[in-house]
Amino acid sequence: MNAANYLYVSALLFTIGAIGVVVRRNAIVVFMCVELMLNAANLSFVTFARINGNLEGQVVAFFTMVVAACEVVVGLAIIVTIYRSRRSASVDDASLLKR
Amino acid sequence: MISNLPIYLIALPLFGSAVLLLGGRKTDRWGHIFATLMSAASFGVGAYLLTIMLSKSNSERAITQKLFEWISVGTFKVNAGLLLDQLSICFVLLITGVGTLIHIYSIAYMSHDHDRRRFFAYLNFFIAAMLLLVLGDSYLNLYVGWEGVGLASYLLIGFWNQKPTYATAAKKAFIANRVGDMGLSLAIMIAFATLGTVSFAGVKEHVGQASTGALTAIGIMLLVAATGKSAQFPLQAWLGDAMAGPTPVSALIHAATMVTAGVYLITRSNFIFDAAPTAQLAVAIIGAITLLFGAVIGMAKDDIKKALAASTMSQIGYMILGAGLGPAGYAFAIMHLLTHGFFKAGMFLGAGSVMHGMNDEVNMRRYGGLRKFMPITFATFGLGYLAIIGVPPFAGFYSKDKIIEVAFNTGGIKGITLGSAALLGAAITAFYMTRVVILTFAGAKRWDEKAHPHESPFLMWGPMVLLALGSVSSGFLFTHGDALRNWLAPVVEPVAVHEAEVLSPAIVSILALVLVAIGVGLAIVKYLLSDVPEVAPKDVTVFTRIARRDLLQDQFNEAVFMRPGQALTRGLLTADRSVIDGAVRAIARMAVGSGNILRTTQTGFVRSYAMWIVLGAIGLVAAIWMVTL
Amino acid sequence: MNWLTMLMLLPLVGAGVVATLPKSNSAIARNAALATTIIVAGATIAMAIQFQRDNVDMQFTESYSWIPTFGIKYAVGVDAIALVLILLSVLLAPIVILAGWNEALGGRWSAKTFYILILVLETMMIGVFAATDVFLFYVFFEAMLVPVYFLIGGYGTGQRSAAAVKFLLYSLFGGLLMLVSIIALYVLSGEQGGHTFDTAALSHLKMSSMTQNLFFLGFFIAFAIKAPVWPFHTWLPDAAAAATPGTSVLLLGVLDKVGTFGMIRYCLTLFPDATKTFTPVILVLAVISIIYGAFLAIGQTDLKRLIAFTSISHFGFITMGIFAMTSQGHSGATLYMFNHGFSTAALFLVAGWMISRRGSSKIADFGGLQRVTPVMAWMFFFAGMSSLALPGLSSFVSEFLVLVGTYTRYPVAAVIGTLGIVMAALYILIPIQRALHGPVMPGNEALSDLNLREKIAIAPVVAVIVGLGFYPSPLLNVINPGAVHTISQAGYSDPLPQIDAKVGK
Repeated sequence: MNAANYLYVSALLFTIGAIGVVVRRNAIVVFMCVELMLNAANLSFVTFARINGNLEGQVVAFFTMVVAACEVVVGLAIIVTIYRSRRSASVDDASLLKR
Repeated sequence: MISNLPIYLIALPLFGSAVLLLGGRKTDRWGHIFATLMSAASFGVGAYLLTIMLSKSNSERAITQKLFEWISVGTFKVNAGLLLDQLSICFVLLITGVGTLIHIYSIAYMSHDHDRRRFFAYLNFFIAAMLLLVLGDSYLNLYVGWEGVGLASYLLIGFWNQKPTYATAAKKAFIANRVGDMGLSLAIMIAFATLGTVSFAGVKEHVGQASTGALTAIGIMLLVAATGKSAQFPLQAWLGDAMAGPTPVSALIHAATMVTAGVYLITRSNFIFDAAPTAQLAVAIIGAITLLFGAVIGMAKDDIKKALAASTMSQIGYMILGAGLGPAGYAFAIMHLLTHGFFKAGMFLGAGSVMHGMNDEVNMRRYGGLRKFMPITFATFGLGYLAIIGVPPFAGFYSKDKIIEVAFNTGGIKGITLGSAALLGAAITAFYMTRVVILTFAGAKRWDEKAHPHESPFLMWGPMVLLALGSVSSGFLFTHGDALRNWLAPVVEPVAVHEAEVLSPAIVSILALVLVAIGVGLAIVKYLLSDVPEVAPKDVTVFTRIARRDLLQDQFNEAVFMRPGQALTRGLLTADRSVIDGAVRAIARMAVGSGNILRTTQTGFVRSYAMWIVLGAIGLVAAIWMVTL
Repeated sequence: MNWLTMLMLLPLVGAGVVATLPKSNSAIARNAALATTIIVAGATIAMAIQFQRDNVDMQFTESYSWIPTFGIKYAVGVDAIALVLILLSVLLAPIVILAGWNEALGGRWSAKTFYILILVLETMMIGVFAATDVFLFYVFFEAMLVPVYFLIGGYGTGQRSAAAVKFLLYSLFGGLLMLVSIIALYVLSGEQGGHTFDTAALSHLKMSSMTQNLFFLGFFIAFAIKAPVWPFHTWLPDAAAAATPGTSVLLLGVLDKVGTFGMIRYCLTLFPDATKTFTPVILVLAVISIIYGAFLAIGQTDLKRLIAFTSISHFGFITMGIFAMTSQGHSGATLYMFNHGFSTAALFLVAGWMISRRGSSKIADFGGLQRVTPVMAWMFFFAGMSSLALPGLSSFVSEFLVLVGTYTRYPVAAVIGTLGIVMAALYILIPIQRALHGPVMPGNEALSDLNLREKIAIAPVVAVIVGLGFYPSPLLNVINPGAVHTISQAGYSDPLPQIDAKVGK
């Protein structure tokens, strides 16, 4: 099977994720879209590792997972806190820093 | 041993002042006596030093005392040192002698004042500062005393400073004096830059090597200093207002001693002026202008103290004129200074005695016929009066006629102009002093029913009598065998040969006496033989009106210095706020403004940020793609 | 014995002790701070006694590697000027605490914090004068701003926050310009035989005149802002008006001296050629400062702002003395820095007592104080006389030395500067008349006179002012050799008197 197909899937996933981040309002969904983008990138890394026949891409993929896990911990905590204080998970409502 | 004594002249009154000021109210009971004793002790030291000086030959009389090195930086070396020579001892005895008499007088004069102790502290401080002025052995030491007496004068003029006008008068005096001080400090700077030294001895030694230009500059600056301290034209405006101080102060500081410091300065610097003829001429001209200026003001004043103040200004004009006439005139300037110290202090004390008996009334139009009520005051004041108008054989006759004579003898147009001015001044002096005496002691009573004129107590008339004795005898004593001239000779080095006599002494005396008689006569006609209105008449000539307003000196100063200065201050205040600080604030506003503009891109919508990120990433990729293509 | 390090550590230790004390008891924090400053003052005097006054090299030097990668050292040492200024700082610190007994109360934070800030500031004041490594100097120079920022912003009055921010940003701006010059110097030193921040080593660098001029400006503007020299002065009146009197004393009395100190230590020795180039410009600025500060002081209605503007005038004199490049001007300027510290302290402390009693700093609100509070009025009068340089008081000696030293080389500047003497009389006598003389104004009848603690606080100030006025030799003898050395390093010598110059030719 052509390795390039994996890259197409990855690009597709990334685009879906990016559009989701820009378009959706719900913080959880935005968050999930971000995850989608990260994993799309992961897919590319692994694919490239396969194409080039070395392990570096896979290492980076693990690294990304760790970062993503951390991000989830912090990000979800923030979202939950915002939801608790404002009874809303809409990212448009969280514009405190503007003022 | 002897050379350790001069410092005690200064230290004693300074100690007195310190005890009274630091001791506070605890010293109220005996403070005035203590201060008087300190002043008298200083006089005692001075008298003792005089006897020692008399026992030596004339060229070895000067005593120097080096206390310590005061300032020493590079070649600028100034010792705290004292110089007691023939010139300074004259001043020492005048200051401490008259000063002690005025201390005694003040014990009675100020007896009802709550703050009498403070008054005596200031008086003692003044004596110390004035002694430092005449004893310092360099221009910088003199400068310390010079500003010290300025401070004492400020404190004493403003002694009753709860009255705003008095406080203003004190401030005015200090500031006018500071303008003069600026001249003195510039003179010192030029002297140092030119000659590399500021001590009297050093300057005298090197003066021959300096350029005339530099010496003229020093001379002119010294003259500026003298005009400030001695109330000479154009810095004379403060003296009239200075009469706000208690009368003993006017007698001591603003008649007998401090205001004559300018004459001392010029006489002390004789070696500079003798080498700088232009500066010397300027001195003589300033003296001549002031002697007429003061005399004219004196004619128009109804306030007895202000009339005497104008007279002081005029008489110091004579001294400055004398000092400006060069070696021939120094001794006579000093002589007139000493005799003036006696008769003017005596008359001021007399005026104080009159005010004491008249509920502090100062307007002479509210006096009249007081000689019956105050016989001693009248007698002493009268003797002073005879001395000042120059009736022989009283003191003023000897000293003033000599100055007039020397003025004429300088020759040429200069001699005639200066001499005529001095002669004219003598006539005017006779007029206004006669006016003062008549308005006060002769004629009809013009005072309120409330006033109960009475003779002052012994503590007051005692000093007046002693000063009157001085006014009678001092002129004769000083000129007898040219005593004072010979005494001062080592300091001022008079020319050995007399210059060509333009007018003989006899002619000068006769001319002067005639003019004095005319002045006296006019005053008698105007004030004794006709009625004196109690309120100054309004329908008078423009000339009188201007003279009453001190020849517009205040108006001039206000128009030329004060108002433009105030306008400039206001302008600078606005400029500081709007231009300089404005520029600073404008920069701050620019920072805030640019932040505000950039802030609008921060919408607060996470999704729009994400949009920008995506677009940015796409743009970046596109850019890289384009470049690699 | 590592004197200077010890002097810097002592206040820090004191600050640490104060930090452990309970917040509720402000008196004990104050006592601890006062005790610390007195100990530091005593230790400094003990050090000063051992100072060899004829030795123009740095003394009590210490040098340790700090950041070896960049050749940065913790190097300290004092010459005469630094010693005098350190003495000034440590002597003023206890006086400020004693005089401003209740200043710390009513601030944003506790009294404890106030005294910690003061003590930390004292360490930095010593450090900035003692540093012989340019980088170390820079660190102290900037770090000093922090405690002062909090002292003004936290404990001041009126527009304190705005004034504190203005002070901080203005000073930082100048500091950054200096930092550029410092880094450039460092780079240049690397090209000429080894990277270093050592002041003495940097002074031997070879630079083109253009480079030197630019570097000079970087330093000079920083110091001109600090001093402050016209037209960089506008932060000072705001800061002084907002700060507590004690802080103002430290601000005007010590911190501003860093500017004039820096001019001597860095501008003159590092860039002698550029100094020659810029001297005319700087003298003009100095003369403008003298006259301008005096005019604005005359026009002030607020007592604190008035004192701030008098200081601008006085700093003009100091700057003029420094750049006159004569031993009289230089010694005079250094002495002036010391004397100005005390005379401003006297003015500000007494003004502070007047203001806190009356509850207003408007001059018009006072009147007739001489009859109500004689001792306080006398002290204000005395401080005023010291500020207008009355002969017999210490500031006269320094002011006259500056003028006479300037006159021998730049007569015009000296003559215009002399006008400042007259204007000083105006800006001092006007507030004296309004506040002390005249009838007692309503609201002033019940003011209380100085108490014993305040008298004790002001007594040493008075003693120094009078003592050095009559006998300045102890300080002058320390300053003179250093001043002569600095001038000869910059390539100058005293002009000869005209008569000798003629003979010489």
